[in-house]
Amino acid sequence: MSDEHHDCCAHHGHHHELVIDSLRVCYRNTVALDDVSFATSCGNRVALVGPNGAGKSTLLKAIAGLVPRNGGSIRWRGTAVKRWSREFAYLPQREEVDWSFPITVQGLVEMGRYPQTGWWGRFSTRDATAVEAALADLDLLDLRHRQIRELSGGQQQRAFLARALAQEAHVLLLDEPFTGLDRNASRQLGDLLEKLAREGRLIVASHHDLESAPRLFDEALLLKSRSHGFGAASEILSERNLARIFGQVQDADERPAPRAIATPL
Amino acid sequence: MELLIHPFYQRALAAALIIGFSNGFFSGFVVLRRNALSVSALSHTMLPGIAAGILVTGMLTQASAFVGALFAALMVGLGSVAVARGNRIAQGTALAVIYTTAFAAGVAILPRLDTRQELEHWLFGDIMAVGNADLWIAFGIGSLTLLVANLLMRPLLVTMFEPNVAAAQGVPVRFIQYLLFALLVLSLVASLQAVGCVLSVGMLVAPGATISLLTDKTPALFWGGGLLGAAGAVGGVLLSATLGLAPGPVIVMLLGSLFLAAWIFSPRYGLIAGWKK
Repeated sequence: MSDEHHDCCAHHGHHHELVIDSLRVCYRNTVALDDVSFATSCGNRVALVGPNGAGKSTLLKAIAGLVPRNGGSIRWRGTAVKRWSREFAYLPQREEVDWSFPITVQGLVEMGRYPQTGWWGRFSTRDATAVEAALADLDLLDLRHRQIRELSGGQQQRAFLARALAQEAHVLLLDEPFTGLDRNASRQLGDLLEKLAREGRLIVASHHDLESAPRLFDEALLLKSRSHGFGAASEILSERNLARIFGQVQDADERPAPRAIATPL
Repeated sequence: MELLIHPFYQRALAAALIIGFSNGFFSGFVVLRRNALSVSALSHTMLPGIAAGILVTGMLTQASAFVGALFAALMVGLGSVAVARGNRIAQGTALAVIYTTAFAAGVAILPRLDTRQELEHWLFGDIMAVGNADLWIAFGIGSLTLLVANLLMRPLLVTMFEPNVAAAQGVPVRFIQYLLFALLVLSLVASLQAVGCVLSVGMLVAPGATISLLTDKTPALFWGGGLLGAAGAVGGVLLSATLGLAPGPVIVMLLGSLFLAAWIFSPRYGLIAGWKK
C-alpha cells in the first residue's frame, strides 16, 4: 500500500482532524476523566502518558465508544462522533483478550469486515480483497491459519492491527501495545506504527515507558484524570513535566493492591 | 435389529437425532461462553420448576412440566444476569445462590406431591417413551435454535469474543446475552424427555467441548458439535439396546468417552501431543 493510494490524507491534501473537547467520563461515582481536550490530525502518533489509574485506557475506550461519555465532544473530520465510527479501531490490552477463543488469524481479520457486511450480508470480493491486503500488509499470510494463541506477542499485535486495516480504520486506538514485547518485536512494532502513520493514519496509544516514548511517538498527552499538557512528544515529556505528573502521586491516589485471603487450605 | 420396526423405537431414534444435533450445535456457545457450570445450575433448576408446575396445575402433564421448567430456568437464569449487572456480585455467585434456593424449594415441595415416581422420569429422561407431540416440540425448538443462531452468528461471535467492542459497534450485547440464555433454556427443555434435566447438561456441553479440542474454526465448532451430538445420541440409543441399559445414561456416557478420547488423542491439543512437544 503506497502513500498515494491510501484514501485518507494523500487524496484530500489536507489533514483530517481529531478534536477531543472537554471530555468527561464517570464510572458510577468516580470521575475517571474530566475536562480532557486535545486536537491532532492523521499522520501522527500520539502517546497517552500518565501514572497508573490516570485514565489512559478509559480515554482510549471513550474515543472508541466502548465506555459512555458523560460530557464533552469528539469530532473527527469535522463531524461529531456520536457513539462509534467505523473509521476508529480499538486494539485491546493483551490481557483483555480471550486468547484461547477458537479463531484463526484470518477469522480475526475477517471480523474487521463485519461493520461493512452487517449481520447477514455476504462476504463480497471486496471484503475478501480487504482481508487479503491487510494480511499481506502485516506479513501474516503464512500465519493466517494459526489460532491466535499460537502467535508471538508481536504477531498478536499485528493480527489485531490487520483487523483494523481490514476495517479500513483511519484512527487506531491502541491500549499499551508495547507491553510484554521483547526488544526486537518492540522495534518492529515501532517501525510498523511509523509506516501506518506515514500512510495517513492517526495512531493514539497509551504508553508507560517514558524513555522510549519520544522515539516512538510524534505527540504526547500528559494525562492524570485531566489533560496536563499536549504537544510534541520530545517537548512535552520533559523532566519537569513528568515530575509534575508522576511526582504528585500520593499514596491515596494509588489503587490498593488486592489483599490475599488467608485460607487454612 | 427387529427393534427398528417398532414405532416407539423409530421415534426414539428420531428424537435422539434432532435433540442430539440441536444441543450439540448449541454446545458450541456454551464452550465459547465458558458457562458450562451455569448450564448445570439451570438444568437442576428445572426440577423445582416441574414441581411448581404440578403444584399450580394440580397434575403432571407435558405442558405443565414444560412451562414450569421454562419459567423456573428463566427466573433463575435471568435473575442471575440481572443481579450480576450491578458489578458487585459475579454471575456465578448470583446463580449459585438463586439456583440452590430454587432447588431447595423444589425439594420442599416434592414430598407434598404424590407423583414422585413420575418425577424421576423427568430427572433422568426416557427416550423410549417419546411421543409424537414430544418429537414435534423437540423439532420446533431445535429448528428455532438453529435458525436464530445462524441468523445472528456474527453478532453472537463478536459479543462472545469482545463484548465491549461489539457494544461499540452497535451490537445490542445485553439483548444477545439474554437471547443466548433463552435459547439455552429452550434447549434444556427440549432434551428433558430424552435424558432428563440432570443428564441434559452432558448433551449441552460435551459435543462442543470435544470439538473444541479438534478445531480452531468457529463454524466447525458449531456444525461439528451438532454432528457429534447427533451421532452420540443415536449411537447411545442403539448401544443401549445391546447393553441392556437405559438409553439416557448411555448417550451421556458415550459423549463423555468421546470427549475423553479427544482430550487424550487430539493431534494439536491432546495429552499425547502435549508430551511430544
